[in-house]
Amino acid sequence: MTPPRSPGPGPANRPAPQRPWHVRLGAALPLRYVLRRLAGTAGLLAVLSAAVFALLRVAPGDPARTLLGTRSATPQALAAVRADHHLDDPVAEQYGRWLADALHGRLGTSIRTGQDVTAVLGDRLALSAQLVLLGFAVAVALGLPLGVLAGLRARRPADRAVQSLAVVTLSTPVFAGGLVLIYVFSLMLGWLPAYGPGSGGGGDRLLHLVLPAATLGLSVTAVLVKLTRAAVVRELAREHVTFALARGIPTRRVLIRYVLRGTVVPVSTGIGLVLAYLLAGTVMVEQVFALPGLGQLLVGSVTFKDVPVVQAEALLIAALVCLANLTTDLVHPLADPRLRTAAATAPADRDKGQA
Amino acid sequence: MYVPARGPGGPTTPGTLLEVTGLRVVADGALSGPEVVLDGVDLRVAPGECIGVVGESGSGKSLAVRAVVGLLPDGTRTDGGSVRLRDQEILDLPPAARQARRGRGVALLMQNPFTMLHPQLTCGSQIADGLRPGAPGGPAVSGRRVRRAAERAEVARRLAEVGLAPETADRYPHELSGGMRQRVAVAAALAGDPDLLIADEPTTALDAANQRAVLGLLRRLQAGRGMGLVLITHDLRVAFSACDRVYVLYAGAVLEQGSPAELESDPRHPYTAGLLAAEPSVHERLPRLPAIAGSVPAPGRRPDGCPFADRCPHAAPVCATPGVLLRPLPHVPAPAAEGHQRLSACVRLAEIADRPGALKGGAPLPAAGPAKAAPADGAPAPVSGDPAVRTAAAPVPALLLEGVYRTFRSGAVRQAAARGVSLTVPQGRVTALVGESGSGKTTLARIAVGLETFDEGRVEVGGVALAPGRRPGHGERVRLAGQAQIVFQDPYSSLPPLRTVEATMREALAAAGQIRGASRRERAEWTRDRIGELLTQTGLPAGCATRRPAALSGGERQRVAVARALAVRPRLLVCDEVVSALDVSVQAQLLNLLTDLQRAEGFAVLFITHDLGVARQIADEVAVMYRGELVEQGAAADVLDRPRHAWTRRMLAALPPAAVGRPGPAIGPLGPGEQPLQ
Ligand SMILES: Nc1ncnc2c1ncn2[C@@H]1O[C@H](COP(=O)(O)OP(=O)(O)O)[C@@H](O)[C@H]1O
Ligand code: SF4
Ligand SMILES: [Mg+2]
Repeated sequence: MTPPRSPGPGPANRPAPQRPWHVRLGAALPLRYVLRRLAGTAGLLAVLSAAVFALLRVAPGDPARTLLGTRSATPQALAAVRADHHLDDPVAEQYGRWLADALHGRLGTSIRTGQDVTAVLGDRLALSAQLVLLGFAVAVALGLPLGVLAGLRARRPADRAVQSLAVVTLSTPVFAGGLVLIYVFSLMLGWLPAYGPGSGGGGDRLLHLVLPAATLGLSVTAVLVKLTRAAVVRELAREHVTFALARGIPTRRVLIRYVLRGTVVPVSTGIGLVLAYLLAGTVMVEQVFALPGLGQLLVGSVTFKDVPVVQAEALLIAALVCLANLTTDLVHPLADPRLRTAAATAPADRDKGQA
Repeated sequence: MYVPARGPGGPTTPGTLLEVTGLRVVADGALSGPEVVLDGVDLRVAPGECIGVVGESGSGKSLAVRAVVGLLPDGTRTDGGSVRLRDQEILDLPPAARQARRGRGVALLMQNPFTMLHPQLTCGSQIADGLRPGAPGGPAVSGRRVRRAAERAEVARRLAEVGLAPETADRYPHELSGGMRQRVAVAAALAGDPDLLIADEPTTALDAANQRAVLGLLRRLQAGRGMGLVLITHDLRVAFSACDRVYVLYAGAVLEQGSPAELESDPRHPYTAGLLAAEPSVHERLPRLPAIAGSVPAPGRRPDGCPFADRCPHAAPVCATPGVLLRPLPHVPAPAAEGHQRLSACVRLAEIADRPGALKGGAPLPAAGPAKAAPADGAPAPVSGDPAVRTAAAPVPALLLEGVYRTFRSGAVRQAAARGVSLTVPQGRVTALVGESGSGKTTLARIAVGLETFDEGRVEVGGVALAPGRRPGHGERVRLAGQAQIVFQDPYSSLPPLRTVEATMREALAAAGQIRGASRRERAEWTRDRIGELLTQTGLPAGCATRRPAALSGGERQRVAVARALAVRPRLLVCDEVVSALDVSVQAQLLNLLTDLQRAEGFAVLFITHDLGVARQIADEVAVMYRGELVEQGAAADVLDRPRHAWTRRMLAALPPAAVGRPGPAIGPLGPGEQPLQ
């Protein structure tokens, strides 16, 4: 065929070199936007903290009695607690003091044990964080590839198989799933320890966390599978994918660059949500596997009405969820230029299709 | 020569770039089983030739070309026929071999510039993705930096080819206008230097100025590269102005083939003739546009034999015999160039071609002046003749705009959409507001019905004055709703998708506080009757009431939108580009309907359009808007025959000859007394 005859790059048409990466990053994530998101997150946290603070006030009964716990409620003891916690001050003032203390890491003392709440949390935080991260790794490592596979093979046997598995894991309660795993891998095969955090160093801890993390991760994998599958199916049907194929771009390249690229925003939103689910999931998993983590502590504290601990935990979880949210918000404009707030050059002419 | 034999294996003519023979496509419906969507389509493209494929939407144009490139949508598949590209059958090739052929052998450019490019990739990288390995800048050059630089240079060259600046490479599609996006898409489609480019409605989503520019660009590139071009369009004017040869496709079959000049001056199929006649002329207002009745039948509901039979005014029992084929014209000597043979699929051509006025050379219908157009059959005559007298008798105009300003601000950019516009729409008359897109027509329309605020000036809608700088309050909105109603361009998005037609209309009646009756039952009854009356008035079957918009065709939806607007008997109907998304035959139906309704009910119309032919057909008066200002205003005939403003002159001069020179009604298949066989 005849080679194309197109005008060469004349002086007016010389390509400008591509802008360096930090300029492009700045354009994609303007400082103003980052600051605004940070401020938004802080505001959200303030609202949540007020709600957490209100926990004690809305709990039935006299707050002083609640704070006394099982100790005998003599008038003197009550008065002491009142003075200690400034319960007679105006509510706003109480909240301010409580918040200032919380920001300095002073979360009060546990009613149940009399220990410093910060210290109680600190021990357990590490274990729960390891559990959540491992569970998250399991969910992402399984959910994303399976979701992509199901999406690419939509309505074919592979898709049906993946979807059926997803439904099974989704509809299995965490305790049941955990027990099945314990039965198979600890009792029958004897490969992995059944419960406890382990006593040795990192390797032992990891071994002990495999089953809990698998249980936790599997409980949310289905959500990721479904989300990813839906996103892939939607992207595959896009006209730009057909156009990419129609101009001869190799199929593999189209799948990776055009189809998967388009799923980043919905899937990353899903991942953010899944993190929140995982935090909530620790409660059950730590019970089943006898792990002394935050979840177990939460259950104990709630049953015992150990309000300061519950407050501290609620605050921590809220902060983590907000953080996950913030991360997604910052990832989105990187992934999708349409979500960038920087005022783009206004289109010169408007078209019928938009008007 | 007779038509090429159906089925694969027919001899190919040497020097053919693309030869499609007897292509069949079926859709596997979930409930109904396979339905034939394309029933034996034949197309041929010689190297360096530009052919057009025209037909109403739903005719199967898109499926035909997607079958050719092997990218049929889910649920459809080819079922016989042959597609030969440079003498090689490609329907039998394995998927990988077909994919390798795309981009170099044939590339497909799609309709919508807003969805065709990936929103998250820069324009430059999307062009670069299609470059051939081995070509300068293609992936074969060694060395990452050298390769990157070569690629950027090549992309800049490709951008220059379509008339874009090199900076465009780093832009994302959403940062560009529709016309620019379509150019980027053209550059991307041509990145692999295909022998054949298929463009599926490349200009439909663009405004008039961009349409011409993109069409010109495609033709220039095609000529420069010696490439074959298949141009798919539902717009006859576009096909006639750009193509060497045109195929008329209808309900999955090619009905006629010939050169633009032949098809235009001497259509040899009633469908082509009908399409041509339905096109409004800018020079003459007809009492009625000769519209083709009905709409394209869905794949499962096509008649046996000639697919056009249920809409054809000349249909006879013989037309129902199966196997209606495209055949050379009787009495027409085979021309020297074999590719330019005239073909028609009408079996009764010999009989009807002799009938005067059937397909050509008929006596034109009586032309009517814009002000005293003859009343349509049965419709009451206009209220009064002389506009001046009527204005004196009814001093309150339907719409009064005086010195209206409206400026939009987005960041630092200020866009003046209306700059001191003064416009009066008298009671009971049709005023067309014309102008290119972005000239402020829609803003003005929205101000008139209280959907948009204005900065300063005076706006009165049938005596209801609107205050500048704020939206009307609830009470004002109710009063306004009784005075003025609006119908929008896009019938797909202006109706609530989850509501039945009946619910939508009931809501409109309730919003204007017009439901009458003492008891609940009486009110329900009144509403039902009124809705039935409105549906009949707008030519919709009664069964429509319980349907949702998705179950209606584009034309039907627009009728529902009109019925909804008229439900409250407004004194002013604002129509914003209501026909520009419709096919020419459906457009003619809707224009006729609006004219009838307007004459019967006597409301005023502010009709916004960018199409001067449409304006001529519907309007008594024409106002021309240019960059936010009203630059010209007067009786339709005065403005369009003796334009004074430069923009109006330019628009009239730019009209393709198809819309100007053709004697409008001469080829109407539906004469005054003729009724289609239903
Ligand atoms: N994916 C599909 N599955 C089933 N039927 C389809 C599909 N796409 C289009 N059709 C049907 O094929 C016919 C032709 O459609 P299309 O090729 O889009 O027409 P055009 O491009 O001429 O407007 C229509 O009646 C439509 O209902
Ligand atoms: S006359 Fe018969 S064959 Fe010809 S177009 Fe009409 S219906 Fe079809
Ligand atoms: Mg189409």
